[in-house]
Amino acid sequence: MQQVVNGLFLGSIYALFALGYTLVFGVLDILNLAHQAVFMLCAFTALALVGTLHLHTLVALPIAIVAAGLVGVLLERAAFRPLRGRSDSNISGLISSLAAATIFEALALAAWGPGQFRFPFGSVPDRRLQLGGAIVSEVQAVIIGISVAMMLALTWLLRRTRLGRHIRAVAESPLAARILGVNVDRVIAASFFISSALGGAAGVLFGLAFNDVSADMGRSVELKGLAVIILGGMGSMPGAVLAGYGLGIIEVFTVAKLGSSWRDGVSFAVLFLVLLLRPRGLLGQAATRLA
Amino acid sequence: MSTVRGALVVLLTLSGVNTLAADSTARIGAALSLTGDAAVYGATQRNGILLAVEDVQKGQLPPGVKLEVVVEDDGSSKQQAISVYQRFINQQKVSAIIGPTLSTTATGADPIAQMAKVPVVAVSNTAAKGITDIGNYIWRVSLMEKQVVPGAMKTAQQRLHFKTAGVLYGNDDVFTKAGYDVMKATLDQLGVKILGTQTFARTDRDFNAQITALKALNPDILVVSALAENASAIVTQARQLGWSGAIMGGNGFNSPAFIKNAGPAAEGVLVGTAWNSASPSPANQRFKQAMAARGFTADQFAAQAYTGVLVLAEAIKQAGGKTGREDIEAGLAKVKNLDTPLGTFSFTPSRDGEHEPAVQIVKNGKFEILQ
Repeated sequence: MQQVVNGLFLGSIYALFALGYTLVFGVLDILNLAHQAVFMLCAFTALALVGTLHLHTLVALPIAIVAAGLVGVLLERAAFRPLRGRSDSNISGLISSLAAATIFEALALAAWGPGQFRFPFGSVPDRRLQLGGAIVSEVQAVIIGISVAMMLALTWLLRRTRLGRHIRAVAESPLAARILGVNVDRVIAASFFISSALGGAAGVLFGLAFNDVSADMGRSVELKGLAVIILGGMGSMPGAVLAGYGLGIIEVFTVAKLGSSWRDGVSFAVLFLVLLLRPRGLLGQAATRLA
Repeated sequence: MSTVRGALVVLLTLSGVNTLAADSTARIGAALSLTGDAAVYGATQRNGILLAVEDVQKGQLPPGVKLEVVVEDDGSSKQQAISVYQRFINQQKVSAIIGPTLSTTATGADPIAQMAKVPVVAVSNTAAKGITDIGNYIWRVSLMEKQVVPGAMKTAQQRLHFKTAGVLYGNDDVFTKAGYDVMKATLDQLGVKILGTQTFARTDRDFNAQITALKALNPDILVVSALAENASAIVTQARQLGWSGAIMGGNGFNSPAFIKNAGPAAEGVLVGTAWNSASPSPANQRFKQAMAARGFTADQFAAQAYTGVLVLAEAIKQAGGKTGREDIEAGLAKVKNLDTPLGTFSFTPSRDGEHEPAVQIVKNGKFEILQ
């Protein structure tokens, strides 16, 4: 039972991270490899707010998330928009985002150094609750709660608001959306804002969860995030969530039963199997090309 | 003709001046992990070394001999250590090398020094295999896990009377794996039943799964072999998951940085140590005072690094004040019963260190020797 809680906890972070990833992919058909760098930068921002400015963690969290969103907008403007007209914009965008990720990581290294940093004691709650046979720490509960809340907020945004409709329209066909009067540039910027905010939130929560923020923390989730969105179906948000939680639970049980050396192997083996048996992912839609 | 003769005279005078000079400087290269996973150890080792270099100038070295130390960062990585060693040996032409911080790194870099016939004094490598058995130019001041852990665990068992244990270790690092081998052997020898074993990798941050699995088996004690960063995360997460039993760690825990990062979760953790901080020996008192005067925190790694320099100074003395590579190599073989912060130090026939270890417990945010 405790392992299930552990899995849900890890899964929340994966799901949140993957949601941002898959949002941009759904809208722009581009893999934003700088997502993990935003993940890391947001964690550092929150750390700076709590550690240096001594803000309460719950106050620092939204500020850091908004900052991450703004970085996302900046990223879009600098790394993606100039390449948008081109025929190879998918690949060039990918490479451009890779460059941005490297730059971000170097900036973080220059600003904070290569060590592992911690949130100061007392800024992270450490009470524990008993739930059935499992012990859930307050941090874990808060993180699961915030993740679920953000996912629900995203769903509401996409389904019920005008911006959400516009995003879905642009995801469907940017040209048609533009013809229908949607400000495509603004929508794309908004998508990046949301995506980076989600990725950044995942970063802060990850940093709080394991009390560890370092310039290379994005690397460990980078591949996992990719695996999650492929597993869930690229462009599918419910897929990302499902796969995120699924992978979290699979990882935890693999470590417990087989040992930690098997963890990554099993995760990617599962991905491999799903790709073989169901290439579009668990909830992805088969690609249809209309003339 | 006269210009040639003039040049010859100048040349001869200059060379004569050189041989007449009594001042010789022994240049030592220190390859330390100042960044990366082992940065917490490297930082304090550097303090110990720089302090020792100053101290030995005050009387331990024969007159006219100076010690110069060049400190370089090996980044806690084999590749970087190898290039640092090559620079030391070929460009800076050091007479001896101290380091590197991690056993894993040493297995890659020390063979280069062995091939170049440059003596290496390891001050924090504790793996049993792969260090001094590289060759006769590799010497070791730090006690191996198999010299520290058995005594420490026996004392701990006499106090806590544990009969079952859960073991967690890092399986991708030479030191943590070697530590695990010793811990397992010692537990078997003490008749303690190992209920479960879990592993992790150095880059892991989430240990909840492993700790939960071990906790479910209800052992009396949790035995962990990990480097400091992982160690603090493991201990913190274990306490968060509700593990209130005893925890015993290997040499990786032996850093005040571990206590600092784990905070209140570190209380009561037991660690075997090569440095008996309570020892009244003169060298130890001198070391502690000097560290305190500089505002450095004295810990096992600083004490071992400091001792490494003392040993090199003694080797130079034994070599009659000569500072070449072969001289130091010969001198190291003659070091016996040297008074160091670690105690009375000698080398074993296999060039490993030998002195009395101790066991400590974390109390009120500090390491205290368990008498």
